[in-house]
Amino acid sequence: MTMIETTMTETGPNASGYKDFSIGGFTFSRDEYFATITWPTGSHQMDIGQWLRCVQRDVAWGFFYGIVNFDAVIGTMNHYGNVDMFAGRFNEAYRRAEVDYNENFDHDELMSCFTAMLSDWTNEGYDPFAAPMETGSAYGPSRGENDMAVTRKRVVAQRMVGVPGDEPIRSDESGFPINRGFADVPQDEPVISAEPGYEDQVCSFNLFAYLSRSDVTWNPSVVSACKESLYCPTTEEFILPVIHGNDRVEWFVQLSDEIQWDVEDRDTGAKRARVVMRAGDVAAMPADIRHQGYAPKRSMLLVWENGSPRIPEMIANGEAPVHPVDF
Amino acid sequence: MQDQLGGQYSTAFGSLGQYEKGGVEVINDNPKHYAFSNMFEVATGAKPYEKVAVAKNLEYVLEVIRAEGTSGWRATPHDEFALVMDGSLEVELLDPDEQLVSDDASGSIGLEGTPAGKPMGRVQAGRGHMTLLPAGKAYRLHSDGVAVVLLQTIEGPDTVYRWADICQTV
Repeated sequence: MTMIETTMTETGPNASGYKDFSIGGFTFSRDEYFATITWPTGSHQMDIGQWLRCVQRDVAWGFFYGIVNFDAVIGTMNHYGNVDMFAGRFNEAYRRAEVDYNENFDHDELMSCFTAMLSDWTNEGYDPFAAPMETGSAYGPSRGENDMAVTRKRVVAQRMVGVPGDEPIRSDESGFPINRGFADVPQDEPVISAEPGYEDQVCSFNLFAYLSRSDVTWNPSVVSACKESLYCPTTEEFILPVIHGNDRVEWFVQLSDEIQWDVEDRDTGAKRARVVMRAGDVAAMPADIRHQGYAPKRSMLLVWENGSPRIPEMIANGEAPVHPVDF
Repeated sequence: MQDQLGGQYSTAFGSLGQYEKGGVEVINDNPKHYAFSNMFEVATGAKPYEKVAVAKNLEYVLEVIRAEGTSGWRATPHDEFALVMDGSLEVELLDPDEQLVSDDASGSIGLEGTPAGKPMGRVQAGRGHMTLLPAGKAYRLHSDGVAVVLLQTIEGPDTVYRWADICQTV
């Protein structure tokens, strides 16, 4: 893969008070309502709130596994070290018209561009991680910033939340009140009786209470690691901002409430299935689809990922399984 | 959901006694590609302490365990994590005097009788509680009633696969 040497530039502010950004052949600008993206063969607009919610996830997840579609036109594809930014690449009409565009960037360079954009374009009082009913407006001329929200540290437990020296449990005192959607979730903790000398190995915590205090939506974070097997639970409300295109099999365990998933062909966007998941349900997303979830009430979803460093090579060699199991 | 007057939301957790399974609504696909199951349904049909895989990603698995009565002792070469999805569970941990399972083994192994070693402690866990089963140690589980446990682990000699029985096929 050829990677073009490129540098991000920023100019402005424009009439609405926002900077314009460019990297490679892409330019990004925002006004009071929209993000406008241009590339050598076309242009595109998105609702600015939707754009910021997508960029926020792409930044927080380090471009995640596979493809992060911001909508049916724009998105990124992670090659784990370098990243494609594309327009129309996974849209049949754009491809047929030959106005699709793809450019490869160094991971850190595109990340710097997105991070700077997120900081400049996010106004005071608007939190792209929050559910719509829990945050202010993304619209209007530039006013203040919300860097504290957009630079949140993603939780990545090395062993398990609550183990001494690892990620701490959440509490009112640590700044994590119980979310309004989970006010009825019991907050009791397990009863631990450790013999002297084993206090750091006899460990348990209330995962449901921990999740009830999550201050973000659609943002998987690691709470336990069995070697490369990662439990990445997340709380979901409203719509998954991005349409996640899989490059590997991904598993979902619905811990509470309900999420409905639209599943489309990864490359064409043709509908393949709807998956309705309720508490206790377990389902896989195949490696050749893209999916978007809808949660009418805040719910707890356990995303189970395999973070093995072998997988990118298996994907490149066509050796990674497309379907979760054969039976 | 929230009541119409804006009262408190009600969070829906499942249990052995009450769960409402969703499913795959096929448009142009094979439902088997989603390996859709429900852990409470799986636990309903499982024997006590049978380790039924409900998810698999290369060598890693998630197993549903119906905890009922007292299990045998097991030794694990790597960390495992037991999440209680229904009921109450007691986890008893033991630090064995000698290595019981090879470091490079996968999944836990069942032991004959009680291994020699030092008691490490116990955890009384309820729904939503997640407990570390530490690498190189031994554990056994107990439930006075019936508990449903989701175990994060690696496939081992006692992992049971019955995809055709537990997954949606049409």
